[in-house]
Amino acid sequence: MELLDNLALGFSTALLIQNVLYCFVGVLLGTAVGVLPGIGPTATVAMLLPITFNFEPVTALIMLAGIYYGAQYGGSTTAILINLPGESSAAVTALDGHEMARQGRAGPALATAAIGSFVAGTAATVVLAVAAPPLARVALRFGPAEYFSLVLFGLIVSIALARGSTLKALAMIALGVLLGTVGQDIYTGTPRFVFGQRELYGGIDFVSLAVGMFGMAEILRNLENERARTVVVSKVRNLWPTREDRRRIVAPILRGTGLGSALGVLPGGGHVLASFTSYAVEKRISRRQEEFGHGAIEGVAGPESANNAAAQTSFIPLLTLGLPAHPVMALMVGAFIVHGITPGPNVITDEPALFWGLIASMWIGNVLLVLLNLPLIGMWVRMLRIPYQVLFPMIILFASIGTYSLGFNAYDVYAIVFFGLLGYILIKCGCEPAPLLLGFVLGPLLEENLRRALIISRGDPSVFLTRPISAVFLFLTVAALVITVLPAIRRRREIVFTEEE
Amino acid sequence: MERRRSFPDVLAGGIFVLIGGAFVAGSLGYELGTPLRMGPGAFPLLVGAILAALGLAIVVKGLVAGEVISFGPIPWRAVVLISLAVLFFGFTVRGLGFVPASAVTTLLTTLASSRVRPLTVAAVTLGLTVAATLIFVVGLQLRIPLWGPWLGF
Repeated sequence: MELLDNLALGFSTALLIQNVLYCFVGVLLGTAVGVLPGIGPTATVAMLLPITFNFEPVTALIMLAGIYYGAQYGGSTTAILINLPGESSAAVTALDGHEMARQGRAGPALATAAIGSFVAGTAATVVLAVAAPPLARVALRFGPAEYFSLVLFGLIVSIALARGSTLKALAMIALGVLLGTVGQDIYTGTPRFVFGQRELYGGIDFVSLAVGMFGMAEILRNLENERARTVVVSKVRNLWPTREDRRRIVAPILRGTGLGSALGVLPGGGHVLASFTSYAVEKRISRRQEEFGHGAIEGVAGPESANNAAAQTSFIPLLTLGLPAHPVMALMVGAFIVHGITPGPNVITDEPALFWGLIASMWIGNVLLVLLNLPLIGMWVRMLRIPYQVLFPMIILFASIGTYSLGFNAYDVYAIVFFGLLGYILIKCGCEPAPLLLGFVLGPLLEENLRRALIISRGDPSVFLTRPISAVFLFLTVAALVITVLPAIRRRREIVFTEEE
Repeated sequence: MERRRSFPDVLAGGIFVLIGGAFVAGSLGYELGTPLRMGPGAFPLLVGAILAALGLAIVVKGLVAGEVISFGPIPWRAVVLISLAVLFFGFTVRGLGFVPASAVTTLLTTLASSRVRPLTVAAVTLGLTVAATLIFVVGLQLRIPLWGPWLGF
């Protein structure tokens, strides 16, 4: 059994003492930022990225991945206890979870979320381990034309799932791609858009971009109308679900896991889609539809499992194709590159210990999350009392230090201010920052593969249509664009996102 | 959803047109090359043009049937102080050293909140500076001098 050998290698890597330790630190930090409103996993990973440069690559990635799925988890705790989802995908959990909390059943709601997340995380880790190697083998046969079309597809799909106007999301992607062209041209070495500044030859650092757009801009948003945060926290009593509850959550957890594992593979925000879809499915097939929105435990079990499963399987495009599905993964691409590893189909053969270690660590991380969260709920609740006046100076200071320590380059720090202000204005105008970050990370890939494909085809642009895989991706891209523009879908998107607010 | 003239749409579109246009203008200064061997200017030219076109479409849509988004107030005090704080850090961390740069940056940032009390400002500044020094310089061995050459040490 090749799979068992691989998993054994993975666990022997992930169970090294420093890897378990940093996995723990990662999920702890992730849960903390997931619980705290106003500081998200993207800004956290961006801030901590420079710190991880000193680690072994596998340790660094294990910790960053821990922050990512820890945050998915922490977001649901606040969604249930104070009706304040820390992450967009936890918004659905708030619908029934908070209702349960108001009925004095916060304990079972939290326990259901934990159990559902654990089951889903375990199943999705297996899916990842089984599906990734064959996909990577397929991906190895991709030429530049296929890569170009795939990246384009990934970018367009990511807007189909973003909230708000499609036009603005498209423009944000284009802006991200353009910002990615700053610096030396890969083929000719010509410095582009550097204004004669040597410091810009290496391009704009994506940590500055992420910290500015997700950290500083978000802080400015929060400071618009300051009000004392009054937290009315529901009391948590007897954690364990009753026998009736246990019977009711089994099927939703399994369905949520399946849905989440499948949808998570989609590049671009699959976990948000997964939790919404799971909620809709549970509501439709339930015999107790009237209970939904009034504390139905299925409405917590299904979406929580879907969300966590999707968070795991969204590593599939990253590990097999090098395509990030979430802004946090875009930052992880940066972490790979800093350690001299190009994320993509070669990782699995060139760095088997890293690949399987990361996968095994996800399961360990899920165990840690359950062990950590059920006993520590009281602590997370107390953390909500940290005043924002302490929190935001900390974010700004750590972001400045972290960004500076990347390359001891003051321009990286100045760039935070530029992108913070630009991001703030654009967010105020209804533009989402996530597509911009994805465009920025994927833009150079897009350009490189476009140019390389044209060189190979001797300048004939029809190569993108005559190669079948590439043609399929281009067709899907057009289809995704048409679908987002179609009025019927738009209306549904609006409904989905108004529910979220 | 109500649809009418929308200032945020026009502003966002305007920014996109401006940035897209600037990149188009800039890329005309580089070699464009042929489809076979695209020069460094070709890709930014293409994407810049797409961005400008999208921006134009957003402006037009904003004038005819824009999204109704409330733009909301701008916290000028926070915008100015936080920008200053970050710029100050970048500008002085080498010269003044880690501790003074961190302290001033934290102080400026803390003052960005309009509801903060002087005692809180002092406590947060002191606490965060000490914490950052312990975490980054002592714990993570960041190679930045604690006190910089501008102070005469």
